[in-house]
Amino acid sequence: MSFVVNGNAVPGPADPRVSLLDHLRETLHLTGTKKGCNQGACGACTVLVDGERILSCLALAVQYDGREITTIEGLAEAATLHPLQAAFIEHDGFQCGYCTPGQICSAIGMAAEARRGVPSHVSADLAADVILTRDEIQERMSGNLCRCGAHNGIIDAIQATIAPAPTAETSAEMAA
Amino acid sequence: MTPFTYLRADTVNDAVRLGAGETAAFLGGGTNIVDLMRETVARHETLVDVTRLSAAVTETAEGGLLIGAAATNTAVAEHHGVRTRYPMLSRAILAGASAQIRNMATVGGNLLQRTRCTYFYDTDGSHCNKRAPGTGCDAREGFNRIHAILGASDACVATHPSDMCVALTALDAIVHVEGRDGARTLPFGELHRLPGDRPDLDTVLAAGELITAIELPPLGVAARSTYRKVRDRASYAFALISVAAAIEMDGDRVADVRIAFGGVAHKPWRATKAEAALRGQLASAAGFRAAAAAEFADARPLRDNAFKPELATRTLAAVLAELAKGDVA
Repeated sequence: MSFVVNGNAVPGPADPRVSLLDHLRETLHLTGTKKGCNQGACGACTVLVDGERILSCLALAVQYDGREITTIEGLAEAATLHPLQAAFIEHDGFQCGYCTPGQICSAIGMAAEARRGVPSHVSADLAADVILTRDEIQERMSGNLCRCGAHNGIIDAIQATIAPAPTAETSAEMAA
Repeated sequence: MTPFTYLRADTVNDAVRLGAGETAAFLGGGTNIVDLMRETVARHETLVDVTRLSAAVTETAEGGLLIGAAATNTAVAEHHGVRTRYPMLSRAILAGASAQIRNMATVGGNLLQRTRCTYFYDTDGSHCNKRAPGTGCDAREGFNRIHAILGASDACVATHPSDMCVALTALDAIVHVEGRDGARTLPFGELHRLPGDRPDLDTVLAAGELITAIELPPLGVAARSTYRKVRDRASYAFALISVAAAIEMDGDRVADVRIAFGGVAHKPWRATKAEAALRGQLASAAGFRAAAAAEFADARPLRDNAFKPELATRTLAAVLAELAKGDVA
């Protein structure tokens, strides 16, 4: 078996007990993805699988045969940071940085969910297009904890990058 | 983690054949079973991956929906037909876990997730009849804030943790199951058990039986429905109390109603007494409270959860008032 990580074909795990998180970190030496709680409570291990955000600590690597995995190491283009990475610096979206790779991968997955209209717990209308207000971002990012308390900066960075303030034109569309 | 053999099923027949035996289990998204295996609460020797079986959500001839058991929580919550015809189901799913977990977790796995009782998870000396039958129950006289107030037994006071299942109970869903003896269906309300003296058994499924799909029957009352969850933080926490409710009004009277509670029992709790107290009656705040009181008359709170009957009563009254808005006397 094999899967693709950040565009490169890599070997699968030697033992089915190995989590995707441990496989990334211990076998492939991609240590950008962090191990926080290792029980699905903190979100530090969030990676993208075929564009969807998941928790790699609760994923058995063997289940991801043939899938495309993107980690924090796969986001920057050479020396150019991904816009969200740059925005996290700009908006003080971290202090210690341990939760940051998970926050950024999670936000990228969240943006895709919002674009295709997935509602959230705080969406008043389940059938409406998603507008990423601060409340919506808070709820949608609630699976990623930050013990330093950088949440306000994190939300600012996300809002500035993937949910820019409505322009006059988009406001008119929303009102229509 | 106990060493196990990983097998992948490409068909239902494969899955049933490979999943036979007491030491095998089916593997969905893994969001609960991987944790249970890691903590050695579960020690399966074979895991049969069923995530490549049907994940489709399709219309049924009767006008309902058939949801393949491999569908993810996210896929069900975002399905247009679920959002518009069964909104309580979308809302229940979206109230549970985090987006990352909802992207992994499957419907079949959600139904079969185990309790979040801390003594069930604590393999370092805690007594738990669900994990280790016959050892006793430390929760009964211990930290039991999240535990059951209805239908519990001396052997077990655990609650079922699923939000999705509370909505499926209220919606009269049908569970499609396949085993070595063929296929069968059962009403959702009969899938999960009360603990009695066998709390180690969460459901009535036989070893090796596979949930293949959940069927939502056409249900007009469900169009006006919702789910409310009360928990210790605003998001990403298990329920203290939750309510799934649907209402159909005839003027200012309750023509039809569906109610189920989460966080109160070993299984998602269909509130048949509260429903009976409301059908045909004037919709009023007092009536909503009285209906909840009828349901919780038999409640037996524990040391740390005496707040639950009143919290459930207030939550139900608030949810029904919201749904009946404009039509309340």
